Amino acid sequence: MTTGIGARVKRREDKRFITGKGKYTDDVRTENQAYAAFVRSPVAHANVKSIDKSAALEMDGVIDVLDGHQLTGDGIGNIICGWAVTSKDGSPMNMGAWSALATQKVRYVGDAVAVVIAETQQLARLAAEAVDVEYEELPVVAFADKALKDGAPQIHEEAPGNLIYDWEIGDAAKADAGLAEAVHVTEMEITNNRLSPNPMEPRSAVATYDEAEDHYTLYTTSQNPHVARLVLSAFYNVAPEHKLRVIAPDVGGGFGAKIYIYPEEITCLWASMKTNRSVKWTADRSEAFVTDAHGRDHISTAKMGFDADGRITGFKVDTIANLGAYMSLFSSSVPTYLYATLLSGQYDIQNLHANVRAVYTNTVPVDAYRGAGRPEACYLVERMMETAARELGMKPAELRAKNFIREFPHETPVIMTYDSGDFDANLAQAEEAADVNGFPARREEAAKRGKLRGLGYSCYIEACGIAPSAAVGGLGAGVGLWESAEVRVNPVGTIEILTGSHSHGQGHETTFAQIVAERFDQPIENISIVHGDTDKVQFGMGTYGSRSGAVGMSAIVKAMDKVEAKVRKIAAHQLEASEDDIVIEGGEVKVAGTDKALGWHEIGLAAYTAHNLPPDMEPGLKESAFYDPSNFTFPAGTYICEVEVDPDTGTTEIVQFTASDDFGTIINPMIVEGQVHGGIAQGVGQAMLEQVIYDEDGQLITGSYMDYTMPRAADLPNFSVHHASTVCPGNPLGMKGCGEAGAIGSPPAVINAITDAIGNNDLAMPATPQNVWRAYQAASAKQAAE
Amino acid sequence: MYPVSYHKPASVDDAVKALSSGEEAMVLAGGQTLIATMKQHLAAPSDLVDIRGIAELSGIKISGDTLSIGAAMTHAEVAASKDVQKHIPALACLAAGIGDPAVRHMGTLGGSVANNDPAADYPAALLALGATVVTNKREIAADDFFTGLFSTDLEDGEIITRVDFDKTEAAGYAKFAQPASLYALVGVFVAKRGGDVRVAITGAGDDGVFRSEALEAALAKDFSEAAAKGAGVSADNLMSDIHGDADYRAHLIRVMAARAVAGAA
Ligand SMILES: Cc1cc2nc3c(=O)[nH]c(=O)nc-3n(C[C@H](O)[C@H](O)[C@H](O)COP(=O)(O)OP(=O)(O)OC[C@H]3O[C@@H](n4cnc5c(N)ncnc54)[C@H](O)[C@@H]3O)c2cc1C
Repeated sequence: MTTGIGARVKRREDKRFITGKGKYTDDVRTENQAYAAFVRSPVAHANVKSIDKSAALEMDGVIDVLDGHQLTGDGIGNIICGWAVTSKDGSPMNMGAWSALATQKVRYVGDAVAVVIAETQQLARLAAEAVDVEYEELPVVAFADKALKDGAPQIHEEAPGNLIYDWEIGDAAKADAGLAEAVHVTEMEITNNRLSPNPMEPRSAVATYDEAEDHYTLYTTSQNPHVARLVLSAFYNVAPEHKLRVIAPDVGGGFGAKIYIYPEEITCLWASMKTNRSVKWTADRSEAFVTDAHGRDHISTAKMGFDADGRITGFKVDTIANLGAYMSLFSSSVPTYLYATLLSGQYDIQNLHANVRAVYTNTVPVDAYRGAGRPEACYLVERMMETAARELGMKPAELRAKNFIREFPHETPVIMTYDSGDFDANLAQAEEAADVNGFPARREEAAKRGKLRGLGYSCYIEACGIAPSAAVGGLGAGVGLWESAEVRVNPVGTIEILTGSHSHGQGHETTFAQIVAERFDQPIENISIVHGDTDKVQFGMGTYGSRSGAVGMSAIVKAMDKVEAKVRKIAAHQLEASEDDIVIEGGEVKVAGTDKALGWHEIGLAAYTAHNLPPDMEPGLKESAFYDPSNFTFPAGTYICEVEVDPDTGTTEIVQFTASDDFGTIINPMIVEGQVHGGIAQGVGQAMLEQVIYDEDGQLITGSYMDYTMPRAADLPNFSVHHASTVCPGNPLGMKGCGEAGAIGSPPAVINAITDAIGNNDLAMPATPQNVWRAYQAASAKQAAE
Repeated sequence: MYPVSYHKPASVDDAVKALSSGEEAMVLAGGQTLIATMKQHLAAPSDLVDIRGIAELSGIKISGDTLSIGAAMTHAEVAASKDVQKHIPALACLAAGIGDPAVRHMGTLGGSVANNDPAADYPAALLALGATVVTNKREIAADDFFTGLFSTDLEDGEIITRVDFDKTEAAGYAKFAQPASLYALVGVFVAKRGGDVRVAITGAGDDGVFRSEALEAALAKDFSEAAAKGAGVSADNLMSDIHGDADYRAHLIRVMAARAVAGAA
């Protein structure tokens, strides 16, 4: 079948996106529309002495100016962090209060203190400038290491010394012993640069309060509308769940930043009730830079010991994670359970220990961003491995292969149980596709042109579809991580799939339909995917952590199992055959080996007319399922990057980028390749271009595209993307997930290639021309001195 | 953006009149700088006087040894002009390397020069080529025109109508782009007329575009890549920012000067 599993079906959603007919939150216009603009702190840390609204309130067209005292006075709750991480001494994490509108104190540039509601967006913005806030400035700390120093400015009373938690995983004594017996120890200081997520569509909200029904509707840019409704209801007390409808229509990219429920959505809902108007807010790009949760920002030191054979004897990591000024929804889990649990990489490491301290700083909150913790782990492990290979005089591939895990399931010392994989196969496939054997000749040829050519590896492993719910609950998660689906076969046989997953670029309308088309042998045109509306779809957990394939589609499979069982019963009854002899084939439901058959639509009709159903069978053909996986899935692979550096300027060109991924079963190779391309583009962005920079005063220096470098097409090579898959044993389709792998696996490959080219392992991301030039100068100076 | 009145005059005289009509009227050309600053509430003109479409400000002409480019000519028009390509190829090249295609099809020579962004490309060309800025009132030598960061010798209400460039023996421009904005982190324009070599640097100076005496002296003696690379370019008075410290910029000035010399035609 051309539209089933494995087919390159063109994305069904693209017609509306490409022709400008997508319907995004900002496209929603309601009657009675008013607009919100936020009054934001221009300083990073201050007491709010007073807010003078009079000038703004006098402006024509200003409906109201609301502040945090009114908000908390109405019982709107503080913003929560949904994952409780416990420090190693057993104490709970030290979480400071976060009000959607600050009352006493502002803690980062961009922190909202008031909101203006006006007749037009322009008026609202002008009036926001007219709100006069008096700030009493306080000392600022914007950097994670400095925030932990004695005498650093104290950001939250609840977190003495700005320490949120001091957490560990693994066995420190064993790791120390392993390092002590090593014949070689590689030691590195590794930073993971801070990033701004930059989805193409900025965040937006349209909140409408219906006074007569005492009911709220929120259109918003969310990756998980049900979670948004739950949190808005249970924690922020906006409205009870049955009085709140959340709709996430077309959403133009999320990358994690649209998981969280931000001050703006909460405030718009509340303001709609206060003003009895529909309230709309859409961030512009400048606002996105100071309000969308940032990603990464780790400072680590790591030691890895090896025996004479190159086998890893011990690995110890100490990390400081900057969580910004407030704890965002999943911020606590990113540098712990999503990071340190992957520090074993693809390697059999018996002695492993990681310590993580999370700290407050006067910066934008930091949370999950494409990869979330796993890029930090992969970057650290893979920089260590490549550097160690160079120090040991071994080929990077050889050192890795020496330590590969080859038997599954494999339990790591950091609580993961890898279920499947063939790391040798990915390594071999990537090396062949990248023509690693031809590299020395290419390097020589480049040298003749005055260029430094380098080759770098990254053998990544990551964990997707975080689960099972009971296990993550035990680790502190405040939610379950299952997924739901409902399969509705209509009386005419067309099929609607209601999924708790949410598509914001992933192509679910295509891939989800493919598995249904295959299962029921129906034309894909007859299948539609419904998602993103809490009034239409049963509770679901949404899309992040590459979970929609492995978890979301598995729920659909489970519901299809139930539908199929009922279809068989109906067919067996009507065709007077045994259920076991019924097959679904060629769009019909048949008795195997006979010409007795019912059209698929006839089954639908039979189910809904209910004229001739088996005794005791309920009419209708609609089944739902909730699927809770038994384990994470573990996509893995090898990426090889080849670069050329211009030694005169430090400019780096990626001349070849090769990927070999193991994603398990692939539903639509074209969409998977697109995910890998996008992921690598983001990884290259992190490695070479992107960095959020704050100054000492907590002012954001990179607050626009004039200073924050987004990857452009010209910065990227043609990707050479390959698959060597092992089937995931944990879910019915055998899928592992592909949404984040590119962003996880690529940064160390790029940096390892550049450090190879310039002969200096000491290079930080982003490898801007200046950074590369300096590192090369340092290497040349050292060589000259020797 | 604040509310603003829009004018579309048909002649320079009408434009001048329109400029004196509002409290704080400003010339609008391609809008690539002005509109963005207005959106950010960093500029709040009462009136915008749109000079695109005024015939006197458009066109590219050669008379004798002089190439005249109308102030309202876009970067894309300059880049594509056969006359520019023939008369001063480096100038066409420079225009082709400004920003991205959208910017090049909107941004204008006059706007770039009047704005005098310390990282803009054209100011280096004007200074190195010894161009003449012609306004509705007078002619100003490039050496006198650029007076520091975002400032020029232009008076209130004065409109650039064209820029005149005299032919050179050889000229070249090499730009090292700032990765995010694609403006010049360092741009070096070299122009040679007999024994006289002028070298102008953009993107690097802490007071905007400037001429490099060290490079001019070195290249006047020996117009070669080696001479450019070996010149004693100091990091004093160079800018440091997140994209490049002064010493890196000083180094890039030598490298880009050598590339400009290598490509000079
Ligand atoms: C993304 C981006 C990238 C860019 N990259 C580069 C780059 O790489 N190199 C580079 O050099 N530039 C770059 N620019 C700047 C751009 O090329 C324009 O030259 C510049 O913005 C000004 O030209 P404009 O015609 O748009 O002028 P406007 O924005 O309309 O006006 C700018 C200023 O000049 C005044 N003005 C305009 N015309 C006249 C006139 N005839 N007489 C008197 N005053 C006048 C206006 O009043 C205003 O103060 C970039 C711009 C953007 C947005």
